[in-house]
Amino acid sequence: MDLSAINPVLLIASLMVAATPILLAAIGELVVEKAGVLNLGVEGMMIVGAISGFAITVESGSPWLGFLASAIGGALLSLLFVVLTQVALANQVASGLALTLFGLGLSSLMGQSYVGIKPPQMGKLDIPVLTDLPVIGPILFGHDPILYLGIALTAAVWALLKYTRVGLVLRAVGENHDAAHALGYKVVRIRIMAIMFGGACAGLGGAYISLIRVPQWTEGMTAGVGWIALALVVFASWKPWRALLGAYLFGGVTVVQLNLQAAGVAIPVEYLAMSPYLITIIVLVFLSRDKSGAPASLGRIFHATH
Amino acid sequence: MTTPLLSLQGLTKAYPGVVANDTVSFDIGQGEVHALLGENGAGKSTLVKMIYGLVKPDSGTMVLNGQPFAPAEPRAARADGIAMVFQHFSLFDALNVAENIALGMENPPKMGDLAARIREVSETYGLPLDPYRTVGDLSAGERQRVEIIRCLLQDPKLLIMDEPTSVLTPQEVDILFETLQKLRSEGTSILYISHKLEEIRTLCDHATILRLGKNVGECIPTETSARDMAEMMVGSTLQTPERSGRDFGEIALDISGLSVPSPTEFGTALRNLHLTVRRGEVLGVGGVAGNGQDELLGVLSGEITTAPDAVKMNGQPIGKLGPTARRKLGLLSAPEERLGHAAAPNMSLTENALLTGSVREGLESNGFLKWGETQSFAERIIEAFDVRTPGPDNAARSLSGGNLQKFVIGREVLQNPDVLVVNQPTWGVDAAAAASIRQAILDLAAKGTAVVCISQDLDELMEISDSFAALNEGRLSAPRETTGLTVDEIGLMMGGAHGMEVAHV
Repeated sequence: MDLSAINPVLLIASLMVAATPILLAAIGELVVEKAGVLNLGVEGMMIVGAISGFAITVESGSPWLGFLASAIGGALLSLLFVVLTQVALANQVASGLALTLFGLGLSSLMGQSYVGIKPPQMGKLDIPVLTDLPVIGPILFGHDPILYLGIALTAAVWALLKYTRVGLVLRAVGENHDAAHALGYKVVRIRIMAIMFGGACAGLGGAYISLIRVPQWTEGMTAGVGWIALALVVFASWKPWRALLGAYLFGGVTVVQLNLQAAGVAIPVEYLAMSPYLITIIVLVFLSRDKSGAPASLGRIFHATH
Repeated sequence: MTTPLLSLQGLTKAYPGVVANDTVSFDIGQGEVHALLGENGAGKSTLVKMIYGLVKPDSGTMVLNGQPFAPAEPRAARADGIAMVFQHFSLFDALNVAENIALGMENPPKMGDLAARIREVSETYGLPLDPYRTVGDLSAGERQRVEIIRCLLQDPKLLIMDEPTSVLTPQEVDILFETLQKLRSEGTSILYISHKLEEIRTLCDHATILRLGKNVGECIPTETSARDMAEMMVGSTLQTPERSGRDFGEIALDISGLSVPSPTEFGTALRNLHLTVRRGEVLGVGGVAGNGQDELLGVLSGEITTAPDAVKMNGQPIGKLGPTARRKLGLLSAPEERLGHAAAPNMSLTENALLTGSVREGLESNGFLKWGETQSFAERIIEAFDVRTPGPDNAARSLSGGNLQKFVIGREVLQNPDVLVVNQPTWGVDAAAAASIRQAILDLAAKGTAVVCISQDLDELMEISDSFAALNEGRLSAPRETTGLTVDEIGLMMGGAHGMEVAHV
């Protein structure tokens, strides 16, 4: 056992990378749920985003185009959810589960000819002086642009929900869709936009796994990250910064347990492998004890009666 | 008279199977308080939804200030100076007062400025309100203030109020009327919807009466008696329930010093509650909605269990018993919410009859259901309470609110309870059916049943109850004999004006 092989600076830098897919998916789902829609298809949208981004990156040679394609892919898949739940008024839980299963199957089909290929890499941020600083350089200034996008998105969603009219209307729709309708707000239109935003974010999160974190394509490579993102939204009490905290915690424990495995700690591998899920959920359960409740219309079907 | 503010000409709106409004025409004058009267289901709500742009008329036109007026959505109606206070509040519980008000405005100012304006308007009209409180924590009266202030901030030309007083104490009603009269003196027209005739006689300049979607007459309320208006509304003569002088027996139900927290997040906890009801007595429990009514029903019905000694029936501790065990002992209850609480919406009337009747009517043996006897029990309820339905196989949700209410009350009354607890027994029921439900409750009491009637309709409580107590923030006032009780005294028991004051300007 050799714990000294673990470098704390690299550990923090890599936990940020590990956390970003969950963060992106969770922020998207947070907006969807704030609008009163429960989309359990995050996992499906992530993996479709992962393969869309991977395929376009390989074909075009540009990771930027790939990330754009992953957002579009995720949003397109979420349109299916829109048709089911907002137009056909189907049950949201069943539709979301179906979306996940469909997304997993669709991505395997799309990815058949991409197994075993290495995609072109996205460049990392390299600011002279700053990136070369000891300790903070690699932690703060040495990442790829999408990681910063995830943090920026968290800040943007937080500010949008808290300070803007759009955010207020979104929260109102999620809180009481009948009242929002009576005041003349377009409940369905707002929800469609939110669902598509959620789909795009999940797609980005998926592509982050296939293009940066791993980077290669294997079937089912999101491996439950979408479900963790869903749980994160609930335990983060629908608060963006708490979702960021939860994502980093999860990423952190994941990286630490991998390092511990590599260092040969005398804990069975199975316990180490389950620790990120356990620890994240326990911590967030304690954090969410303040009872700041779910959006009151969450998961309820809106039917304009007139 | 000058040109009316709003003129409705031949408005018609049909839904599948029912014509909600049939060529309705009338005028609302400038600075006039116009009453729209009618039973539940007469089409009042549909009519105002058309004015507010929520529903499009099938035919007919509206003219506002001489201009054709056809709002495509509420936003357009608001832009033309129409504001509406809804019957079921259209508020967002988790948002604060200022955010709620901002949602109802087209171009809201910054939150800080808006909060200052809310304070200013609320003081001008005597409706104190803190802009930063969460709406879920407010009382019903305070929530209504939020709605009214939301409307006033838009300087409306026409203010529509849909049954605004149903949730207020008498004192709060007085203050609301002062606010409305002040608005009228400033030139705002008000369309006031209600079925409370005395209110309309004190407040309104003109009244239009709707029955089954048609305009059946107009009158000047101050010059017409309440009885005449009621008969125009109902279309037939009314019978008032009769009560005979009764002797009370022993104490049937006894609660002493009970405190329980509310099971729901925005509910009201019951605090130090004392209550006794004797055999043959009807105890009326008044109070503004949301002051612990649901919790009181839960404690009595057994949905909320307490320490065994806290609730006693005929001297026997029953606090720990659930609803079925209490039914066996003869304590039956009918909650307020018809669909989902008193009745299962998608189940047939027969199945619903079984759900509460199985214990006392012996409708099951060894775990098997006796469908034949259950069906005849359901038919007996339908027969005795004049429930209008094609038959007991129809789903509960297919019945109109009033008919289902008759079924739900009838189901308990026919089981000959020793103690009957009802919450809002005639809510949403037309006058004739309400009279028959009240008569059934009185007949039951005459046979020696102890009745607890929770209601927000003070006229109803005065009509049927022998003693009266009021719930206010989870506390129950000491019961008083109903005879000789004045409206002012009742208002004070209900907690007075909840900090309201009269308009200052």
